[in-house]
Amino acid sequence: MAIREHFEIPKRFNTWSFALMGLGLISIVLLYITHGSSKDPHESARFWASLLQNSVYFLLVVNAAMFFICATTLAWGGWQMSFRRVSEAVSAAVPVMGVIGVVILLAIVFSDNHTIYHWADTEHVQHDEILNHKKGFLNKGFFTAWTLLTVVLWSVLGWKMRNLSRQSDGKQMSVEEGKKYMWKNTVWSALYLVVFALTVMSTIPWLWLMSIDAHWYSTMYSWYTFASTFVAGVALITLFVVYLKNNGYLEYTNEEHLHDLGKFMFAFSIFWTYLWFSQYMLIWYANIPEETKYFEPRVQGPYKGIFFLNIIINFIAPLLILMKRDSKRNYTTITFMAVLIIFGHWLDFFQMVHPAVSTDHVPMMLYDLGIALGFVGLIMFLTAKALTKAPLVPKNHPFFKESVIHHT
Amino acid sequence: MAEQKFVVGNFYDEAVLFPAVKKVRKAGYKIHDVFTPFPIHGLDKAMGLRDTSLHTAGFIYGITGTTTAVTFITWALTTDWPLNFGGKPFFSLPAWIPITFELTVLFAAVGMVLTFCYLCQLAPFVKKDHFNPRSTDDTFVMAFECTEKTNEAEAIAFLQSLGAQDVKVEVRETRWWLGRYDKDTRPFGEQKELEAV
Repeated sequence: MAIREHFEIPKRFNTWSFALMGLGLISIVLLYITHGSSKDPHESARFWASLLQNSVYFLLVVNAAMFFICATTLAWGGWQMSFRRVSEAVSAAVPVMGVIGVVILLAIVFSDNHTIYHWADTEHVQHDEILNHKKGFLNKGFFTAWTLLTVVLWSVLGWKMRNLSRQSDGKQMSVEEGKKYMWKNTVWSALYLVVFALTVMSTIPWLWLMSIDAHWYSTMYSWYTFASTFVAGVALITLFVVYLKNNGYLEYTNEEHLHDLGKFMFAFSIFWTYLWFSQYMLIWYANIPEETKYFEPRVQGPYKGIFFLNIIINFIAPLLILMKRDSKRNYTTITFMAVLIIFGHWLDFFQMVHPAVSTDHVPMMLYDLGIALGFVGLIMFLTAKALTKAPLVPKNHPFFKESVIHHT
Repeated sequence: MAEQKFVVGNFYDEAVLFPAVKKVRKAGYKIHDVFTPFPIHGLDKAMGLRDTSLHTAGFIYGITGTTTAVTFITWALTTDWPLNFGGKPFFSLPAWIPITFELTVLFAAVGMVLTFCYLCQLAPFVKKDHFNPRSTDDTFVMAFECTEKTNEAEAIAFLQSLGAQDVKVEVRETRWWLGRYDKDTRPFGEQKELEAV
């Protein structure tokens, strides 16, 4: 079969990505003028909370694309080979998004405004018994070091995995070479997954998000954040696959592969709900004031609507719409659901971050949506650029045929 | 009893089976079934089988389970015998979600197993012909139906030309029936006592 191996960015695509980035920049500037430059610490914290929510969310989402590759590599899966380069390209956005995330996080930690991270206020911590106990973990030094190390490790290991994938492009491998190649892939993806377990699945959500409500804690929180970003990451990969298919690329990818991506979206939506509910029910059941304090503004306060909308978008919609086999194989429904899921989990992050900063009212979400679209434009731009750099199909990979004949 | 004539052939290779299935369908014969020792990907499509509606049944059973759980617990704990658990309201949905979930799964699972058995005509003592015992071991057995107009010799020759072995015409019961296989159809012959050495 003659295949189109090299992706050329259509003009319209670039126009859109730059327009979205422009919209994002305008939103940031507007939000800075209206809130960020304010003397009132709560007003300016609202600006930083928006930046925090968007940068952390989209960083974790693009990083989830690399998790997808490493998990399937470690399981010796072959079905994803025909579109593997797409998720690699999505994960190529990690270094840039990481730099943005680190700058914003460190700016918040080292500012004089401690509305978001009140554990960063060393004087206050001395009089606060709970925070005093957590001092060993929640302090500026550890936060900075661990954040930097994490982003560097994600970038380097992701770069290594992409590089390994690129190595198969040269010529057909013999069986012996193929075995060696798979072994190398296995080792590096295992290393990445260990780092991933120590960061995304545990410490990073504690540091970046849970410490906004520093008195409160939940052992489910990191899993819950991971499920949230992974399902959004799979949705993002699906969107790019559908886009490339519609433009006549990825000839070997068909609705069998789309069906499996749909299954991932369906299954991890359920998994997310399971974790969400486990976190909620235990706190509801025990009814201890220091624990229910987290849910007070969310369930009974101004964030009530968002809280329930969150379940409808992220659980009920995927459950009912993606359950049917036909809807997972249909380009229109799968695109619609992917967009809905990415938005839904963005909303989930919104209600994780903002209630601690603006407790008494829901901030106007238009700015946040604008910033989110800006990040979407940035991801579009970076991913498309990475897609042009390598052939779209790793056709000499030992498992490639498995993907071509894939059948669900 | 509904007995029917079938032309039955034995295939030794998937690569022979697939084109044969296509050609048999193209020639206008109605394939009764292809019996294989293991599931073969793509054979359902080649045979033109429609998707099973087992999932729809499963969804309906699941919904039934959800409704049963929610209505029963609501009735029991708010109307029939309201109890105060730690000051929680009588109608406290979060506490019931696990039970609701489990009843949904239970109804869906049990219902689907029973429906599956019904659709496949599986039940204790129920018998069904599968034409050739080797289809449970190492070969793929295809059977297509004969009508009054079928020229049997021609059909046999046709199936042989497609690569089938041991092609023959057999009269079999098409539906399930209760009872035992008689001696002629006993697949592995009479069980013999081992002779004492």
